[in-house]
Amino acid sequence: MNTSAAHRNRRFLNSVMTMLTAVCAFLAIAVLILILGYIAVRGVSAISIDFLIDTPKPVGEGGGIGNAILGSAMMTILACVIGIPLGIAAGVYLSEYGDNWYGKTVRFLADTLTGIPSIIVGIFIYTLVVLPMGRQSGLAGGLSLAIIMIPIVARTTEEMVRLVPKAMREGALALGAPQWRVTMDIVLPAASTGIATGAMLAVARVSGETAPLLFTALNSRFYNYFYDQPMASLTVQIFNYATGPFDVEHQLAWAATLVLVGLILAINIAVRYLTRRKH
Amino acid sequence: MSNKITVENLDFFYGKNQALYGISLDVNEREVMAFIGPSGCGKSTFLRTLNRMNDTIAGTSVRGSVSIDGQDIYAGGTDVVALRRKVGMVFQKSNPFPKSIFENVAYGVRINKIHSGKADLEQRVEKALRDAALWDEVKDRLSTSAFGLSGGQQQRLCIARALAVQPEVILMDEPASALDPIATQKIEELVVELKKDYTIVIVTHNMQQAARVSDRTAFFMLGKLVEVNPTQKMFTNPDQKLTEDYITGRFG
Repeated sequence: MNTSAAHRNRRFLNSVMTMLTAVCAFLAIAVLILILGYIAVRGVSAISIDFLIDTPKPVGEGGGIGNAILGSAMMTILACVIGIPLGIAAGVYLSEYGDNWYGKTVRFLADTLTGIPSIIVGIFIYTLVVLPMGRQSGLAGGLSLAIIMIPIVARTTEEMVRLVPKAMREGALALGAPQWRVTMDIVLPAASTGIATGAMLAVARVSGETAPLLFTALNSRFYNYFYDQPMASLTVQIFNYATGPFDVEHQLAWAATLVLVGLILAINIAVRYLTRRKH
Repeated sequence: MSNKITVENLDFFYGKNQALYGISLDVNEREVMAFIGPSGCGKSTFLRTLNRMNDTIAGTSVRGSVSIDGQDIYAGGTDVVALRRKVGMVFQKSNPFPKSIFENVAYGVRINKIHSGKADLEQRVEKALRDAALWDEVKDRLSTSAFGLSGGQQQRLCIARALAVQPEVILMDEPASALDPIATQKIEELVVELKKDYTIVIVTHNMQQAARVSDRTAFFMLGKLVEVNPTQKMFTNPDQKLTEDYITGRFG
């Protein structure tokens, strides 16, 4: 019968399409697995305790990335301390009060800033901080990363805060809560998981940045605990090892890459765990 | 009985669109007044003028006066925060906060700093939950999320939350419209119980509900107040032909 033929046809098409999307989904994830797998295989052999705590040494004498891990951590922390509160505050403004020309302008500029190549941020900080200070520093590096973080955090915060139902705000207002308390007590906690995810995305993004650090933080071969001195970072260290002429250096670059990816993964899991929905 | 709420010649606008036309109405102390009328007739808008909840919508404006205990709440210098503490509100859809059951009820008490210490706060939360007929169902899980409650329980939690700040008036905007018949019955019993201590204004689409819980009923249509009368009279022998048509289901 005609209808059953059409029915068979539709079912066949349906299963083909479902399979096709499943294959695409697999391809998307497969690339990621390949990259992670390759990094793990290439990097794991060079990883040791010494590698994790040593400073770089002349070729052939081993050497490690201890100071680079510390530098990356210090600059990322500085970027977070500046970028996350600023970004969240800006995002809350955009969502709660930003339906005017000012909000629209800020939103547009934030989107533009997100798309700007990060090396331009580096040049900006180089002119603004490095030149007046007379030297590269961890401060300059951290500031560059903060500038990259702010628009990402602001826009994700705005989106997440917008998702909080109006009814929830009205419920608090109806109890006699002033607007700022509604934002602090109800809206931000309700959006906290999303905001944390946005902040995490921003941290993951800046952890992988090399370009803005090249001429702001420069690099250092030593442990440096102060923000006013040139500072090593994992990404710049990877860049240096990877562009070196010797195989042993390449080996170190792979190992450092594995450490970087592992750290980002660890931060992600930690934040997921800390912001898991309690209520 | 004395007037708790006095409304005189109230017009209300969303931008240029007029939503309410010259409403004048009194609500007595400790009575339940029901607002009925077809969707979009302005009854919810009117309810929200009584605690200035419409202030949160941009571009709205009010003409005329609303007085509570003789004080014009739209007069300059009115403390809206204090007003909303005095005039509590329960919404159509239950809207618990993303906090524990205890913290949901405690929130209004905390922000208004009504309590004198932790023990007092706990007592106030318990009393509010008891008054909202929810205590026995939640007393063993006060620290769990409010989202774990059923729809009817969530709505009673919202009532408890409103009661905890000790308001004098409670506005209810179709509080049972999203609930099943059993949960609805509980809310209705609660309204009748709460009447002893509070002045209650309730918007409802359910005519039987208005008949069951209210002392007086106001019928709205197209932004105008058609008729206010004792509920019994309203549903048996209304003054207006329009009211009779609506109640008997000839339109709307």
